[in-house]
Amino acid sequence: MAKLKSFSELEALRKSIIGKRDPEKTVITICNGTGCQALGSKDVTAAFHEGIEQQKLAGKVDIRSIGCPGFCERGTLVVVKPQDIFYQRVRPKDVPEIITETVGKGNVVNRLLYTDRKTDKKVTYEHEVPFYKKQKRLVIGNNGLIDPTSIDDYLAIGGYSALSKALQMSPEQIIDEVKKSGLRGRGGGGFPTGAKWETTRRAHGDTRYVICNADEGDPGAFMDRSLVEGNPHSVLEGMLIGAYAIGSHEGYVYIRNEYPMAVRHVRMAIQQAEECGLLGENILGSGFDFNIRIKRGGGAFICGESTALMASLEGRVGEPRAKYVHTSEQGLWGQPTNLNNVETWANVPLIINNGADWYAKIGTEGSKGTKIFSLVGNISNTGLVEVPMGITLREIIYDIGGGIPKGRSFKAVQTGGPSGGVIPERLLDLKVDFDELTKAGSMMGSGGMIVLDDKSCMVDFARYYISFLEGESCGKCLPCREGLQRMREILTGITEGRGKKGDIELLEELSATLIDAALCALGSTAPNPVLSTIRYFRDEYEAHIKEKRCPAGVCNLEAVKVK
Amino acid sequence: MVALTINEREIMAEEGMTILQAARENNIYIPSLCENEAVASYGACRLCLVEITTSQGRKRLVTSCLYQVEEGLAVRTDSERITRIRRMLLELLLARCPDSEVIQDMARQAGVAKTRFTKQKGNNKCILCANCARTCEEVVGVAAISLARRGVARELTTPFNDDFSEVCIGCGSCAYSCPTHAITMEDTDGTRVIKWPHNRMEFKLKKCSTCGKYWAPEKQVEYIARTSGTSLEDYDVCPDCRD
Repeated sequence: MAKLKSFSELEALRKSIIGKRDPEKTVITICNGTGCQALGSKDVTAAFHEGIEQQKLAGKVDIRSIGCPGFCERGTLVVVKPQDIFYQRVRPKDVPEIITETVGKGNVVNRLLYTDRKTDKKVTYEHEVPFYKKQKRLVIGNNGLIDPTSIDDYLAIGGYSALSKALQMSPEQIIDEVKKSGLRGRGGGGFPTGAKWETTRRAHGDTRYVICNADEGDPGAFMDRSLVEGNPHSVLEGMLIGAYAIGSHEGYVYIRNEYPMAVRHVRMAIQQAEECGLLGENILGSGFDFNIRIKRGGGAFICGESTALMASLEGRVGEPRAKYVHTSEQGLWGQPTNLNNVETWANVPLIINNGADWYAKIGTEGSKGTKIFSLVGNISNTGLVEVPMGITLREIIYDIGGGIPKGRSFKAVQTGGPSGGVIPERLLDLKVDFDELTKAGSMMGSGGMIVLDDKSCMVDFARYYISFLEGESCGKCLPCREGLQRMREILTGITEGRGKKGDIELLEELSATLIDAALCALGSTAPNPVLSTIRYFRDEYEAHIKEKRCPAGVCNLEAVKVK
Repeated sequence: MVALTINEREIMAEEGMTILQAARENNIYIPSLCENEAVASYGACRLCLVEITTSQGRKRLVTSCLYQVEEGLAVRTDSERITRIRRMLLELLLARCPDSEVIQDMARQAGVAKTRFTKQKGNNKCILCANCARTCEEVVGVAAISLARRGVARELTTPFNDDFSEVCIGCGSCAYSCPTHAITMEDTDGTRVIKWPHNRMEFKLKKCSTCGKYWAPEKQVEYIARTSGTSLEDYDVCPDCRD
């Protein structure tokens, strides 16, 4: 492809791509995200290609492999456009019928439709599925429209128009816009993005760096993976706009190597953007130069922490350092560095295209826009949901998530990943908001949301997370390394019937030490699962310790006696 | 110069100094284990935490070996909160290194008589502060040892976990910089033995051609000659016998 040399050339290219596409033509989109691939979506895709060929429909139908649209519970997901007919749990054997009936005759295959649990009625169209209806899918929604390996698809839905617009604004105007939008970091910290950009822009240094943190490591969380897999160009576009605003010419995507498809897709996207002149020198004739490189992480949870990530990027051991000097002033190789998470970057083009006022209308006073959550655990509709800030947890769990399966009842929801806390039934009307969740003893975190039913033991739950964090603690600072080990020992003792008077208090003392004395956020937030379970489910701890009884029936308190 | 208070005492400190350095200059005690003036501050042991109130009135806990002095800063080294943290850290250390006299003394001084945690077995005095490895890399420039693995599995080791480190010159800086004497060094009959928590290495010592005394490991002498571009023959005599 010839390099685009101006804004008008980009628009001309976009026009020609759209012009070649017939909006009435049948397009079959098949989710080929990691989740659906695990359910066999590759075979489903191959069956479609084969069937279309056999029934001599090639040329009349487009088959598009898309990234994860979110409804993982029901994969493999297939949507027939333009009608928007939504088929779920599609297996290769279902494909010939879809081709013959839906593509050939325009009929709906009833047995593959989704059944609404509440009304027991079949739902024909994707936008009518209750799981999607209450969401506000501004960021993740595009995953359903494009083949992530095709830059043409991204351009066809308006991709890189925000970059075009931004390059015609001054860096200060962009920063102002992002500040006004109220966007806060989606990686967990919730720091105001515009303010961070401004500090980095103003910091003294020869070179400025921008980094995309794609080292998502929370158990059960896959928001960032799905964005990078399903729409990598949106992340690159955000980074380009940020880099221009900050005055940076070099960027890095630090990404987990355990996400092979995400690595592949972002690599392809960078190459395509370079070929089009959307990365490299004199981008769109604006005089702005920017390059992005990929750095694959080595599998340490701690490397999602910004200073540890930068150490790892520099080739050193991924250990955090004290942040008395912010990374926006001295980050990567001692230079001003702006690090944002995948989802934060993906929000940027939206803000530039639609304006800060539009964005700031969504959400609450202190938390603007939408947030993507991985809804997992004991929930009917496992998947990714994108909701406006300010929605209640109850709405997410019951209206979108479909409630608790197997006739069981809700016990608690953990938000914020391993270092998040649990929230009990009586607080379910809590609004999703950075500050509200923190007040309740949990946190927004990067967006993990794990639902627990009445068969879950809260002590065992706390033990699991502390043991996860113990294994992921880098071991540099004493309270995190030694403290988590001791907390795990005490919790294991309680779940095995060796709990004794004073254990709860000692856990609280250790927690206080970690909060105050740990070097980084891994250690200082690690006590959350313990403290929040003690706060809301103290009776369960006491039943284990005093009565040697696990109310949920999970722990084997006889273990010690048997030995 | 910067004016600040530590425990309500007014002091002046040079700009760029850390709170810990300023406190020491003024004979104010702040416990610390991983701080060593030869290497860059690391902030791992957390014993030197202090409570500060900035001139804008912001209160927070900071690591005094890393936080630099500021005009109008009010520092408390012994508040109730700090004392509580330090005691818990020492309790954790007592369980990790029950045989370390240094830790026992420190704990006693902080009023910690015993630890509530299960004492770790094995005569291991290492607190994993990385002073040894940092000294070896930053001061000696050799990086013969390093901390490997993470979390509680963290340990001091040689490259590839071999029995010995090929690049180690036997200088013993690791032993000097170890705050808990977890690394020992002994010279006997022309041989130096350095013992790390998990392994040991022997080094042949060089004999002075004049007085006959063993004065430095041969590998260290070779290293000095090589890095300074001097001839190995210059080191035939020990420093005491040189003109």
